[in-house]
Amino acid sequence: MSNEWPLWEVFIRGQHGLSHRHVGSLHASDAEHALQNARDVYTRRKEGVSIWVVPAADITASAPEDKGSLYDPADDKVYRHPTFFDIPDDVGAM
Amino acid sequence: MYAQMIKSEATQDDPEQLAAFQARIDAGDKIEPKDWMPEGYRKTLIRQIGQHAHSEIVGQLPEGNWITRAPSLERKAILLAKVQDEAGHGLYLYCAAETLGVSRDELTEMLLDGRMKYSSIFSYPTLTWADMGAVGWLVDGAAIMNQVPLQRTSFGPYARAMVRICKEESFHQRQGFDIMMKMVNGTAAQKRMAQDALNRFWYPSLMMFGPSDSDSVHSEQSMSWKIKMNSNDELRQKFVDQTVPQAAYLDLTVPDPDLKWNEDKGGYDFTGPDWSEFFDVLKGNGPCSTERIEARQKAWDDGAWVREARLAHAAKGHSAKVAAE
Repeated sequence: MSNEWPLWEVFIRGQHGLSHRHVGSLHASDAEHALQNARDVYTRRKEGVSIWVVPAADITASAPEDKGSLYDPADDKVYRHPTFFDIPDDVGAM
Repeated sequence: MYAQMIKSEATQDDPEQLAAFQARIDAGDKIEPKDWMPEGYRKTLIRQIGQHAHSEIVGQLPEGNWITRAPSLERKAILLAKVQDEAGHGLYLYCAAETLGVSRDELTEMLLDGRMKYSSIFSYPTLTWADMGAVGWLVDGAAIMNQVPLQRTSFGPYARAMVRICKEESFHQRQGFDIMMKMVNGTAAQKRMAQDALNRFWYPSLMMFGPSDSDSVHSEQSMSWKIKMNSNDELRQKFVDQTVPQAAYLDLTVPDPDLKWNEDKGGYDFTGPDWSEFFDVLKGNGPCSTERIEARQKAWDDGAWVREARLAHAAKGHSAKVAAE
């Protein structure tokens, strides 16, 4: 039986005002340990102001083969983008 | 390099899927862990990233050797930070390898029982403080040469680990060169130590890039998969061209009497390393090969109770929480 510490995904807020961003993963026995390890592995040079750790097993990911059904419907909805509409120059900035 | 002599695995996949996969790579797409990939691609990458990770971890040992004997508190703190970075690099890479379906324990076991290798360079001893300079300057310099192009490699997690590593690696090379500058400007004995370190590390550094392209049978497949970005000879030449002027700046002599600038090719002609020594070291017969694996084995064995205690503690915390609810 494997006695490996579980895998955690690490997210770091690089600066105030930015969202947390996935930076990598690590093994740790529990959440507190994962935070300590994340500090040592991913922020040795002040790379962040806040760390999230999430058990990798708790992440639900979309499957690569679902790409079509998830994103293709957006293909024929170009009107969602502002450039779809021609506004005469005379109107000014809009 | 940190990954030498990586054998590409033959692939027996559906030709149509293979062609579609190759088209993605040619278009510059990144392959992510859950995407379809040929079995050969997966296996070759596990071996390559695994060997790279092992090299970072084993690479801590020759430098760790000098932490307690660094000549000043500042040098000690710097060396400690560098060695800690190497541990970090190993961890980024192990995680990248694990996304391909191999476990951390399996990787460790394969290193310990010899199924996986680490770079030949770390089987050489570090005899004097000047070796800390030579290792940073030459070994990390050679590593950078290989790792910079690997930031564009086709496998997403590997490329991202390389970006992180490259950001940190420059400090390593510069601290090494800084030690060399101090040594060559010191006493005559210190300068002799610097020259001696260059003499011993020059050819092993050239070996890091792996055998000549003409003898490197697995390069082609890895290059078309974009998990190897440049040929061994190309990178070796680049390393020599970059390093020789730096040695001149230090007023040190590269231990190669046939080293000569070649105007036509715009690079140096130089003597290649003794490849029989390289193959011997890779087989585990380097001067420190036994010692290195013994040190890793000891760390693995001595750490067993910590790994278990941590898990037991976590389980206890969990059951206490359940009981309180």
